[in-house]
Amino acid sequence: MSLREPAQAGRHRRFRLTQEGVVSLIALTLFLAFALFLNNFMSQGNLLTLLKNVAILGTLAVGMGMIVVGRGIDLTMVAVMVVGVAFAIWLSSQGFGFGEAVLIGACLVAFCGLITGILIAIAEVPPIFATLAMASIVYGGGRVAFSSDVLYAPAGIGWLVAIGSGTFLGVPYSILILAGIAALVALFLSLTRFGRFIYATGDNPHAARTMGLPTRPVQISQYVLAALIAYAAGILMTGLVSGINTRLYNSTLIYDVLLVVVLGGISLSGGQGGVRNVLVGTVLVGILINGMTIMNFSYTSQNLIKSVILLAALALDAVINPRDEQTSQSGDI
Amino acid sequence: MSLSESLVRLRYRVLPDHVLGELLTKKWVDSAIPFAALVLVIAIFAPIVPRFFQFGTISLLSGEMAELGLVVLGLTIVMISGGIDLSVGSTFALAVTTALYTMNVMGLSLGGGLAATLGVGAVCGAINGFMVGILRMRAFLTTLVTLIIFRSVFDIVFPQISTDIVMNYPESAAWDFLGMGHVLGLPTPFWVLAAIALILHIVLSRGRYGWRLLAVGGARRSAHNAGINVRWTVFSAYVICSVLVALGGFHFAARIGSAASDIGAGMELQALTATVLGGISLGGGRGSVAKALMGALFVLILSTSLLALAIPGPVNALILGLVLVTAVFLDVRWVKNRHKLLRAVYISPTFNKLPPAISTTEGPLVPNDRLRASEPIGLGIMDGAEDAIFDREGNLYTGSRHGDIMRWFGPDYTRYEIFAHTGGAPQGMAFDAEGNLAVCVGGMGLYQVSPQGEVTLLTAETNRSWTSIADDSVMKLADDCDILPDGRIIFSEATVRFEMHDWYADALESRGNGRLIVYDPKTKTTRTVLSNLIFPNGVCTSYDGESVLFAESWACRINRYYYAGPKKGRLERVIEGLPGYPDNINRASDGTYWLALMGSRTPALDLSLEMPSFRRRMARRVSQDAWLMPNLNTGCVLKFNEKGEILESFWDLGGTRHPMITSMREHRGTLYLCGIFNNRMGALKLPGADQDWCGVDSYWGKPT
Repeated sequence: MSLREPAQAGRHRRFRLTQEGVVSLIALTLFLAFALFLNNFMSQGNLLTLLKNVAILGTLAVGMGMIVVGRGIDLTMVAVMVVGVAFAIWLSSQGFGFGEAVLIGACLVAFCGLITGILIAIAEVPPIFATLAMASIVYGGGRVAFSSDVLYAPAGIGWLVAIGSGTFLGVPYSILILAGIAALVALFLSLTRFGRFIYATGDNPHAARTMGLPTRPVQISQYVLAALIAYAAGILMTGLVSGINTRLYNSTLIYDVLLVVVLGGISLSGGQGGVRNVLVGTVLVGILINGMTIMNFSYTSQNLIKSVILLAALALDAVINPRDEQTSQSGDI
Repeated sequence: MSLSESLVRLRYRVLPDHVLGELLTKKWVDSAIPFAALVLVIAIFAPIVPRFFQFGTISLLSGEMAELGLVVLGLTIVMISGGIDLSVGSTFALAVTTALYTMNVMGLSLGGGLAATLGVGAVCGAINGFMVGILRMRAFLTTLVTLIIFRSVFDIVFPQISTDIVMNYPESAAWDFLGMGHVLGLPTPFWVLAAIALILHIVLSRGRYGWRLLAVGGARRSAHNAGINVRWTVFSAYVICSVLVALGGFHFAARIGSAASDIGAGMELQALTATVLGGISLGGGRGSVAKALMGALFVLILSTSLLALAIPGPVNALILGLVLVTAVFLDVRWVKNRHKLLRAVYISPTFNKLPPAISTTEGPLVPNDRLRASEPIGLGIMDGAEDAIFDREGNLYTGSRHGDIMRWFGPDYTRYEIFAHTGGAPQGMAFDAEGNLAVCVGGMGLYQVSPQGEVTLLTAETNRSWTSIADDSVMKLADDCDILPDGRIIFSEATVRFEMHDWYADALESRGNGRLIVYDPKTKTTRTVLSNLIFPNGVCTSYDGESVLFAESWACRINRYYYAGPKKGRLERVIEGLPGYPDNINRASDGTYWLALMGSRTPALDLSLEMPSFRRRMARRVSQDAWLMPNLNTGCVLKFNEKGEILESFWDLGGTRHPMITSMREHRGTLYLCGIFNNRMGALKLPGADQDWCGVDSYWGKPT
C-alpha cells in the first residue's frame, strides 16, 4: 500500500490537468477562434493594443498575485495607482521636474502601502477590510486634492513617450517592462529567503509566526511592494495614454486584476502559485477583453461576462481547494 | 480595631468592585462602544447641523432609517452566520427597479408588487447563498463579484425601462400610504422596520433558528460536529438578508417614486460600516438587532449631517472609510483582548479579617497521629470522593471525579459497581425517608438517585436575586445537602461567581459569594434562604428538629440556621475561629457531630485576608500556581457538640494516610474518611462508639 501510493500518485499527476494548464488551453482556443472568426483580430494594430492593455493589467496582477500568495488581498491597488500618478503629475505642474515628481509620488505610494500593511499586520484588521477602507480613504483624499478628474502628463518627456510608443526589436517597451517586473517578482519569490517567507506566511500564518518568521515585516513590505508595482502600472498607463483618469477607480479594473489572479490558479487560501499563473491569467483575460471589444459588446455586458467568468473561476477554486469544516477558521471570510 | 482598618473595611463594604467584572461578563457590554460612538456623533453634529433636532428632520431621518436599517439588519444576519454580503447595494437597486416597474408600469396591487420585489431579492440571495453556503466559496469575493453582476444586470435593464417608470404613476392608495403616510407622526416604513426588528430580535435571541445561526457563525466546526446543517443555515442567512434588502428597496421606491442610475451604489460600504461599528463581529457569532440599529443610526446621522453641511461626496466616502477602519480595528482588538480584561478585573478580593484561631498547642485540638491507624479503602480506584454515605444494608456510596456514584459492598469494601452516572462532580449526599439518595452535583445542581440507580434532576435553578448583576439563578457549585424531617432538602451552594475548578479564586476573594438553598419536593419549588455566605460547605440537620448546622469554609466558622421553631429564620454562630477550613459536618453516634477541616490556616494567608488590594495585585500579576492559597495539605477530623464545644480531634500530622479530609461518615463503629484530592478512603475503628449505629436510622428511625 505504502509502496504503491507514490507510484499511483505519480501516474495520476501525469494525466491531471492543472488549472494553469486548463487556462492556457482556453486562452489558446480563444485566440485561435478569434483569429479565425473575428476580422480585425489578427491585424497588427489590434495585437499591439492587446499587448498594451495586457501590460497594465498584467503589471497590476503581478503585484496582486504576490499579495494573494501571502494570503492577503489588496483592493487599494487601483486607488493607489490613480492617486499616486495624479499626485506626481500635479507636482510636476507645480514646478517640480517630472522625474523628481515621479520619485516623490513613489514615496507617497509607498507610504500608503505602509499604512495598509501596518493596519493588516500589526492592527490585525482583516486585509479585505483594511484595503477596502484604505481604497476609499486614498481615493477620497485624492479627489479632495485634485480638482479635475483627468490629469495630463507634461509633454516632451522623452522616456514617457518611449514607454508609450517605443519598441525594441519590434516588441513594445510596455511589454518589456511587464516582462521585467514579472521576472523580478518571480525571481524574488522563488529565489530569495524573503520570497520563501511570503509562501510560508501564506500557507499558515500562525505556524509561520510560531516558527519565528518575521511575519509582520514580511506582510508590511508585501503591501509596500504591491503599492509600488501599482504605481509602476500607473506610470505605464500614463505613458500609453499620456495622462491618467482618476475615475478609473470607479471602474471594475480591480476586479479584472483579481480575475486574472484567480483564473491563473493562485488560490485565495494562499501559499500556492506564482508569477507564471498570473501571466497565463493575464493572457486569457486580455484576449477575452479584446475579443469582446471587437465584437462590440457594451461596457456593461463585458462586465457581466467577466464577472460571471470570475464567479465560475472562484467556484472552481472552491471545488478544487474545498473549505475543510474541520480546519477552516470561523472568521475566514 | 484601628482607624485604617475600619476605613478599609468600609471601602470594601461600600464599593462593591466585583460588580465591574460581572458587568464585563454581560453580553450587552459589547454595545457600550457603539452606544458611545452614537452619543459622540450626535454631540458633534447637533450643534453644527441646522435644524438637527426639529421634528421634520427626525421624521425624515426615520424614513431613511427604515431603508438603511433593513439593509443593515439583513447584513447583520449574514455576518452573524460568519459571512458577508457586499451585493446588498446592487440587490437594493434591482429591488427598487422591480418595485417601480411592477407598480408603475405593470400596475400590480401593493401585494403583487411586494411579492415580485421580495421574489427578486430572494433570487439574488439564493444565488449568493448557493455559492457561499452550498459550494462554500469565500463570502467576501463571491459577493463582491455578484455585486458587479447584479449591478451590470441593473445597468442593462434600467435604461430600457426608466422612461416607462417616469411616464406612469400607480393608482394605489396603499402604495401612497407606504410612501407618504405617517402613523403617530412617523413614516409608515419606520413602523415596518420596528416590527421586523422586534421579530428578528426575538428569533435571534430566543429562537432555535437564531441560536443555530449564532452557533454556525461562532464556531463553524463545532456547529457542524453538533449536527447543525451548516450549509443550509448559511444559505438561508443570505436569502433572508436579500429579502430584507429588497423590502428596504420597496420602501425606497414607495418614498421616492423614481430611481436614478446610481441608486444603491456604495451602500455596501455604508451598511458594512454600520454593522461593524455596531459591534457585529467580522467572522460571525456575535451581534444583535439593537447593535445593528445603533450602527445604522450612526451612519445615517453621519452621512445626512455631512450632506446637510454640503460636504462633497468623496470626502464623505473618505470619512466613512476612516470610520470603518477605526471600527474594524476596535472590534478586532476588543474581541481579542476582552477575556484578558475580564481576567484582570473579575477576581476582586474583599476584606475578611478572621478571628484568632482556637489554640492547637493545648486543649482538644492538639495535633496527633490518631488517623494513622486507619485502613485504606479502594486504594488507587477511588478518585475524588468528596463525600460518602451508607445505606441500611451497609453499602457505601461515594462520588468520583468522573461523575459516577460508586457503590462499594460491605463488609470489607473491596468490590464495587457504578451505581449511577451524574455527569458532573458528585459532592454531598443524603438519604431521604424513602431511600432515595439526594446528591449535590457541582456544576449541575441538586439530583436524586433512586434505589434502582435512576438519576433525576431535582433543581438547578433558584430564585434570581434582584440586586445581583450576574444571573445568580443558575447553580454553579452545589456542595453539600441534608434533609429536614419534613422532607425538604437544604443544601449549600459554595459560590455563585466561580466554577468548581476555580475554587481557589473564591478563596482569594473571601467574599460572601455562597448561599443556602431549600428545595421542597412537595411543591417542587426552590428558594434561597440565606445568601452572602463565605463558601458555605457542609450542611447537617441538628438533632433538635428545628435547626441546621452549616460550615462557612473561608470564614472558618460553623453557624446554625433555624428553619422552624420560635427562632425560625435566625442565624447563630456556633463555633468561630477554627484553626482550619471547615468542610462537611455529619452526625456522630453519641449525639454529637463530626466536622472535617480540609486544611489549616496559615499566618500569611490570614494576614493577606486583611489586605484586599495586595491579593488583587497578586491575582493580576502572579501566575495562579504561585498564589497564596489555603493550605489543603493537612487537616483533621474533630468532634463537637450542640453547644459548639470541641471535644476531640483526629490528625495525621505526618501526612501518611489521610492528610486532606473533606468529609467523614460514622457507620457501625467505624469512621470513614473522604478527601476530594485523595485516591482512597480511610476506615478508622472507633472502639468506644455504638457498634450498631447507622446514620440513616438516626434520621428516619429504625425500620419496623
